[in-house]
Amino acid sequence: MSKHARAKIFSRLKSALANGIPDNQAVDYLPIETSSQNEKVSKLKGYMEAVRTEVHVVDAENWKDPLKAILKPRALKTLLYAPETQIGNALAQDWPGADGNEGLPDLVTYEGNIEAFKEDLFQIDAAITSTVGGIAETGAIILWPDAKEPRLMSLVPPIHIAVLEADKIFNSFDEVMQAQKWPQKMPTNAILISGPSKTADIELTLAFGVHGPKELIVLILS
Amino acid sequence: MNDYTSKPDTVYYFGTCLIDMLYPEAGIAGLNLIRREGVRVIFPPEQTCCGQPAYNSGFPREAKTVALKQIRLFSKELPIVVPSGSCAAMMKHHYPLLFEGDANFKRVREFSKRIYELSEFLVRILGIKLEDQGAPTKVTWHSSCSAAREMGVIEDSKSLIHQLNNVELIELKNEHECCGFGGTFSVKQPEISGAMVADKIEDIVQTGASRILAGDCGCLMNISGAMEYQNVSLKGQHLAEFIWERINGK
Amino acid sequence: MANKAELDFTRNTSQALKDKQLRKNFKFAMGNFILKRQQIFADQKETERLRELGNAIKKRALSRLPQLLEELEEKCTRNGIRVHWAETTMEANQQVLKIMNAHSATRLVKGKSMVSEEMGLNEFLESRGIEAAETDLGEFIIQLNDEKPSHIIVPAIHKNKEQIAQIFHEKLPDTPYTEDVEELNAIARKTLRQKFFEAQVGLSGVNFAVAETGTLCLIENEGNGRMSTTVPPVHIAVMGLEKVVEKLTDVPPLLRLLTGSATGQLITTYVNMITSPRKDDEKDGPREVHLIILDNGRSKILTDPQLRQTLQCIRCGTCLNHCPVYTRIGGHAYGFVYPGPIGKILNPQVEGLKKAGVLTAASSLCEACAEVCPVKIPIPMLLRRLRNESYSTDSLGLVKDSGYKKNLAETLAWKGWELINTHPHLHAIGQKLTGALGSKVPAWGPLKNWTRYRSAPRFAKKSLHQLIAEQGVEDE
Repeated sequence: MSKHARAKIFSRLKSALANGIPDNQAVDYLPIETSSQNEKVSKLKGYMEAVRTEVHVVDAENWKDPLKAILKPRALKTLLYAPETQIGNALAQDWPGADGNEGLPDLVTYEGNIEAFKEDLFQIDAAITSTVGGIAETGAIILWPDAKEPRLMSLVPPIHIAVLEADKIFNSFDEVMQAQKWPQKMPTNAILISGPSKTADIELTLAFGVHGPKELIVLILS
Repeated sequence: MNDYTSKPDTVYYFGTCLIDMLYPEAGIAGLNLIRREGVRVIFPPEQTCCGQPAYNSGFPREAKTVALKQIRLFSKELPIVVPSGSCAAMMKHHYPLLFEGDANFKRVREFSKRIYELSEFLVRILGIKLEDQGAPTKVTWHSSCSAAREMGVIEDSKSLIHQLNNVELIELKNEHECCGFGGTFSVKQPEISGAMVADKIEDIVQTGASRILAGDCGCLMNISGAMEYQNVSLKGQHLAEFIWERINGK
Repeated sequence: MANKAELDFTRNTSQALKDKQLRKNFKFAMGNFILKRQQIFADQKETERLRELGNAIKKRALSRLPQLLEELEEKCTRNGIRVHWAETTMEANQQVLKIMNAHSATRLVKGKSMVSEEMGLNEFLESRGIEAAETDLGEFIIQLNDEKPSHIIVPAIHKNKEQIAQIFHEKLPDTPYTEDVEELNAIARKTLRQKFFEAQVGLSGVNFAVAETGTLCLIENEGNGRMSTTVPPVHIAVMGLEKVVEKLTDVPPLLRLLTGSATGQLITTYVNMITSPRKDDEKDGPREVHLIILDNGRSKILTDPQLRQTLQCIRCGTCLNHCPVYTRIGGHAYGFVYPGPIGKILNPQVEGLKKAGVLTAASSLCEACAEVCPVKIPIPMLLRRLRNESYSTDSLGLVKDSGYKKNLAETLAWKGWELINTHPHLHAIGQKLTGALGSKVPAWGPLKNWTRYRSAPRFAKKSLHQLIAEQGVEDE
């Protein structure tokens, strides 16, 4: 059925354009602005905070202490992380966990695939992931989930902590696409995230934490 | 946008059909304002209508015939001044679209280049200066959709009002919302149109103004007619007529 | 002579105009949207350039539509996404059903998709024992109440929180009445979280489909889209064939235009770009991703160089927000899937003029929509064209039911108008007549409708022509 439909659709499309003169316009893309790293950090922070993201600019050499300070007051039981990533690896080194009596959550990993892990995943308190970059002009972080850091880490747990390197913040979406050569190697899933999930469907009143995480915490490693 | 050239010594005047039949004093006022600045005005007597009613209703062929008739009457290379945003927009922006691919296209385009709405002509070409001789009064202003979105002359119209020192201009809350005229829309969808004009009147009344000014007689007819129907005591008036009265102390 | 469709429309709009709560809800919401858009596009010059760019990108894509669709199919297929083609909405529905049946699935979760509304998918599936659960909050609310969306972006905008509280209380089990927005959202979150967890198949629309990389772009704020397209093992994406864009770099400007125009945001919470199903070493994501590409009249619209601009639409809804007619009658009164200005040009071309041509008359051609359309569709111009098509029996016949409205009365009226306005003698006679009539104009025909809300126009005793002739103005 689909093949038949396809043939008819294409036949109509081709004859549709055969009759008229196609509108083929030279496109003049808007120039990419440049700014300093500090400016980009500041812009990204500002825009993300405006949509209730919690942004901390921390020392790249020591981000675990600020992370612990963020986690402690929340009294979480579990923190999902990806052991095979750089930050995951660093995180796991002398992590006290719940037994450490510091009020920190246990580190848990994504056991098996989603089919096996689903029930546990939906009970987890928070997840921490890496990022591949950020966009200053709209205030967003970029994730390319993969085998090491699955997609649902940044979606299901009610708190998502993302680690962003300051020197990977680009001015615009165009810029990061070109700099990182996206057209040549799109991943299974690429996601831009600007803040905790929200809706204004009821009388245009903003409410946060609908289906995605209620809290988004970004650690910018400077 | 227009080429704002220097002051011409002669212009054509296109009266528009609504002014012709319903608001001739506004037409005379506009004419007088131009002449006051020492400009000769030519009014080809065979002019009738710009063709917009047919064009908007889905009868472009009839619109073209009527349009071509007007174009032939304004054949000298003189500016054509029009005391209506919608008629000016029709002749300036829509005639070239209407005549695309037509043998007369070049002629039409040449004609369209010479069109000016009255306010923009008085302000930007004549640099008119007005002295208010009237008693203090409050007015409000309605931006017709064409004047605002197609001709871009609202600031010109308002600047004329601002020149009148005894006139206080109180702006509408929703100045840019359509009054609901839309030509045949007002009779083809009377209920929706009625709701729109009712809201416009509510907005007008809340300004506390005693008069609503507009540069377009379609809107004026619609708003004034509805105000009268609702027994609202405000007066609606064409900007040109109002200005002429104010500078002559009426 | 009004046909049934026209009578229905008149009745629906009349009802809507009398509904004070509805008008209040819409006035509030649309006013808000207008303000938000103004704020986010504050720099007029930059906004103009961006709109020009959006227009160019869409025109370029449409001018190469068959090639881009072929490329999209090729890239998607290579990446593991299965591409299906549907000429009609029935075919598309059948394809969804086939996929559901292949997995013995009876539970579908849906992200918001106007194409799925076009398909009437929910009713189709439900009649076959399949639950199609809406997960977008607005869609969730109206699904509970058995209603259709009234807006492209915010489907439940016609409801205020009291009405929503009542719906939740009545239709959801063990749910107390609360008007607190946070509580209402929490109720929805809890209910839908369970649905995501249990879902067997997830369905979504597509905002942009990139031919260059075979990527489907979905934007959203709530996270229900990501949930629906990542948790279940199967993801079905449905799209109109005009949604394909050429390059990945076409996405950023269109994204900026869409989020800014739709909700006044710089960017949505999530921009979700899907290029393949779960790879062998990956742990989550759907194992199967299907893309159903729907025609439903779009290929025909492409034929006409002027009307094909209809296909530039990126479904932002801003034309609705700025339309004085939509603000007063709301989305349901239109009676078709797509309300507002875009609906007025799209529905007649898809459903035919007999059924939907009445919508083209419901506009004062104020140009508010054209002024804000992010891809610069000249909607009023297309309305004029469709009005012409309604009356013209010698058009190219590209629009279904062209000439359906042709009637003697209007034909004669405009011919008469043409005659009077091209013959100065006739015109002069006409003027003497109207001058004599003055305010005593007989209230028949169009004047009857005029005088329902306004006093009759008063013809001046002496026309401008006459006054000028008396004054002695130069005539050449």
